[in-house]
Amino acid sequence: MDIKDIIKPENLVYKRTPLLTSNTLSYCPGCGHGTTHRVIMEVIEEMGIQADTIGIAPVGCSVLAYDFMDIDMVQAAHGRAPAVATGIKRTWPEKFVFSYQGDGDLAAIGTSETIHCCNRGESIVIIFINNGIYGMTGGQMAPTTLVGMKSSTSPYGRDVAFMGNPLKITELVAQLPGTCFVTRQAVHTPAAVRKTKKAVRMAFENQKANKGLSFIEVVSNCNSGWKMTPVAANKWMEENMFPFYPLGDMKVDGRIVSKELLSLAGVKTE
Amino acid sequence: MAKMKGAIVVDMERCKGCELCVGSCPTDVIRMAGEVNGKGYHFAYMEYPDNCTGCTNCAVVCPDGVITVYRVKED
Repeated sequence: MDIKDIIKPENLVYKRTPLLTSNTLSYCPGCGHGTTHRVIMEVIEEMGIQADTIGIAPVGCSVLAYDFMDIDMVQAAHGRAPAVATGIKRTWPEKFVFSYQGDGDLAAIGTSETIHCCNRGESIVIIFINNGIYGMTGGQMAPTTLVGMKSSTSPYGRDVAFMGNPLKITELVAQLPGTCFVTRQAVHTPAAVRKTKKAVRMAFENQKANKGLSFIEVVSNCNSGWKMTPVAANKWMEENMFPFYPLGDMKVDGRIVSKELLSLAGVKTE
Repeated sequence: MAKMKGAIVVDMERCKGCELCVGSCPTDVIRMAGEVNGKGYHFAYMEYPDNCTGCTNCAVVCPDGVITVYRVKED
């Protein structure tokens, strides 16, 4: 069969969602931001809530998210996206509200907003992109930088005695009573992208049912900041990021399911 | 058994040449072109179009969403 016979509108199985604008994404080649943007927009398209969704863009690489997502968006001050999202959701409870934040935004300057928003249990979705580095400003060390990981401000690797421990903020918010659904996903392989999409769908469904806050961490690469090719960065992420940031659901429907967290709380799982 | 035949269309000007699609293809169809696009990136294209099954893996993993996938059932 000739390719021309296959490429016909009736045979179409996958195309870029129209909820992403025609602007070219400003991200580096291979960056997980683009994939995550697309996954969120696909879920919003499938649920048919384009006109009822308000997104909050952070400060960081994804500061221009409002240029790429064809929905209503607000750009918040650094780290304050959950606070802005709270305000919008409380004034307009019937709208779908989500914040999209990086690790420098959510886990550093915005830690307080994040924790209090999760503890209050606002009915919003928080999407958290964790690449262990401040990508936009040139690869400085972030709270999520791994022990021994090199960055432009820790050129010999992160030293715990001097720089402190990396922060697992997702495990932290999973223990707060306000959160309903907490999970950690990735977007480096087709299977991982499909799982992330399911998680995003579940988060928006939770918001529809007013169940509480859904928190999705997406472990992503930063190939420019890590100074690797996209393929090598994804491999490095699998080998180094995933052992410290294990993928999977931590809390589903307000019940902790992560074995690590249950053992911390003294609950026997085996 | 009916065989699936697929084809992809890559938006050459938007492709940033990250090569994630190359590794995600289960039938090893995609390669990077020798020439470059307007931005200077080597873009993806179908080197072995006969092997494509239209599984959409490449399109799902593409960070810039430049891949469109078509599929037909071949008797």
